[in-house]
Amino acid sequence: MLDVLAGFVGELRAAGLPVSLSENLDALEAMRHVALDDREAFREGLAATLVKRRDHRPAFDTAFEVYFAVRRPGPGGDPLTPGELADLLTEALLSGDEDRLRELARRAVARLSGIEPGRPMSASYHVFRTLRALDADGALERLLGPASPSLDDRLAGDELRARMEALRAGVEDEVRRRLVADRGPEAMARALRRPLPEDVDFLHATREEVAAMRRAMEPLARRMAVRLARKRRHHRRGPLDFRSTVRHSLSYGGVPAEPRFRHPRPSKPEIMVIADISGSVAAFARFTLQFVHAISGQFSKVRSFVFIDGIDEVTSLFEGSDDLGEALQRVNTEADVVWAEGHSDYGHALSAFWERWGREVTPKTSVVLLGDARNNYHSAQAWVVEELRKRARHLYWLNPEPRSYWDTGDSIVSTYGAHCDGVYECRNLRQLERFVQEIG
Amino acid sequence: MAPRFESAAAVRAGLEAVDYLADDAAAGVVFLADRLEKPVLVEGPAGTGKTELAKSVARMSGSRLIRLQCYEGLDEAKALYEWNYKKQLLRIQAERHADAGWDELSDDIFSEEFLLARPLLAAIRADEPVLLLIDEVDRVEVETEALLLEVLSDYQVSIPELGTVEAVRVPLVFLTSNNTRELSEALKRRCLYLHLDYPTPEREKAIVLARVPGVSDHLADQVARIVRTIRQLELKKPPSVSETLDWARTLLLLGISHVDAASAAGTLNILLKYQSDIARAARELQPAAG
Repeated sequence: MLDVLAGFVGELRAAGLPVSLSENLDALEAMRHVALDDREAFREGLAATLVKRRDHRPAFDTAFEVYFAVRRPGPGGDPLTPGELADLLTEALLSGDEDRLRELARRAVARLSGIEPGRPMSASYHVFRTLRALDADGALERLLGPASPSLDDRLAGDELRARMEALRAGVEDEVRRRLVADRGPEAMARALRRPLPEDVDFLHATREEVAAMRRAMEPLARRMAVRLARKRRHHRRGPLDFRSTVRHSLSYGGVPAEPRFRHPRPSKPEIMVIADISGSVAAFARFTLQFVHAISGQFSKVRSFVFIDGIDEVTSLFEGSDDLGEALQRVNTEADVVWAEGHSDYGHALSAFWERWGREVTPKTSVVLLGDARNNYHSAQAWVVEELRKRARHLYWLNPEPRSYWDTGDSIVSTYGAHCDGVYECRNLRQLERFVQEIG
Repeated sequence: MAPRFESAAAVRAGLEAVDYLADDAAAGVVFLADRLEKPVLVEGPAGTGKTELAKSVARMSGSRLIRLQCYEGLDEAKALYEWNYKKQLLRIQAERHADAGWDELSDDIFSEEFLLARPLLAAIRADEPVLLLIDEVDRVEVETEALLLEVLSDYQVSIPELGTVEAVRVPLVFLTSNNTRELSEALKRRCLYLHLDYPTPEREKAIVLARVPGVSDHLADQVARIVRTIRQLELKKPPSVSETLDWARTLLLLGISHVDAASAAGTLNILLKYQSDIARAARELQPAAG
């Protein structure tokens, strides 16, 4: 038992979870008090002692499933024909009975997943294969019927979709269980390891990871806003407040024992974000724009510009709506950013910016440039950046590429970077958060 | 010391008896907290019953609830203890004419009599069973968090003039956080962690049935399912459990026994607090015209 737990904690650490020694000891202590044959209680006991952050929980669950897989016998009875399975599926979805869904998942995996010993395919391949063979999406569609707008149908539809998710989870469990039995927990855990949402690379995020990042974004922005506001309030002391000091001296018999200070009026920085939204870095630009606007209350003004080879201001799109997602959609469709051919041309975009908005950059403005500086061998026009630097309070460049790729191929980030206050590598939410904190 | 709870199942049953429907995870963590003598850090979206959990545990175990509401600027004097300096002044004045030496006097004015116990110290010194609730701990600054550490790990408070006050009996401690900032590792390491999320529709229905007297099974079921659907939309502020309860009560007062799209849309302002959220939910729930 001790060995298994040590292996498990090792795996958690390898996946990036900060598990300290004392937490490890707590987990051992907790194990003395929960019934080991109750798997859920065991899981929750470990989770309560080892995982202290919500977004680390999925990683914990994956590792748990691998290390403490249930060793069940295979499903009894004869293998079912696809027709029987389809009937079972409809039945299970309609009844919503959890046991039935689980049973179905086991049988379907046994029959359809194509898991063979020693065949090195990924777990998600087997899951995909099972669900496709089961025609799960088709069955769901048939049950949902034609899109009808009534409230009851809508509720029933959501219910069916939730059950479908449960079925998918069941299939994933079963596939994992079988693969663990075949390959052993260590290999399996390694294969299933996923980066935590804050460490996912912007440029190579899968669809699910993007969704997870968007969920992580909102609390992150909230935390950031609180922190920035606090920093401004606390880090400076104003001049002596004479009236208040005298008033408070009364309770010390007229001795001004407790000097009071005026709170300084916080000056909020004004920010201009200039983002490359060409295909290669679009995801990064989207996240950064969303993030900056989510904390826009912390700046006196946020203006956003997007470019590919032409440049356009999109501030109004964000100001008009409450809904950032919708605003980003509109940025993609409405902004006029193509000038000649629709490939990034930093030189032209920057000089166009200088011509149209250059005067509006003032010593109060911080300018943030976003992009990989891959200029397709166009002329750099680095003088614009130099001029901006002279006018603006600060000028930063955020590059979503790993540092080792900088200045390779058509990337000219140092040409621009020479004129910036700082060039930051910004590949994931963690780095983005750190940057905002630094400039706030 | 004898453990308070028999098993996780007993915790769950006990909580149910005081009308709090806990899931297995919550009951398990409360049970472990008692056995391991560790504080519980409860996190989760607003309005999922974090504070309520602590209160219910207090009611269930017959403990006195001592609550420390955290806010920015909370300090030692408000959280731990404070010398009652007005009383000390009086004492000094009264002694002025007597010939007491300074040493005697200072021993005297720094004694228990002049100590004002604030929540943390009060919880440590209590003879009877108490439950200490440190509410919204994410609101204090990181530096202030350090104040809590000694209490949370060793259940003791050090007072330079008096020495160390140790807990008579280890209190149950709950900390709640709305996650407006990341708590320090040191604090998290000392706690068991529980994340309370929105309940499943089944559990939410049971909560409505337990908390709203006179609600019919059918209505509770509908309420829970509609709220589930609404939470799946991308909203600024998804409805909390307490808002669900308010909504169920409203429907009951209005005499609505079956929610249709129109009555749902008409009362959405109970569930949602942003105009854009209300508009969006109404659009989603309302049948398309014609």
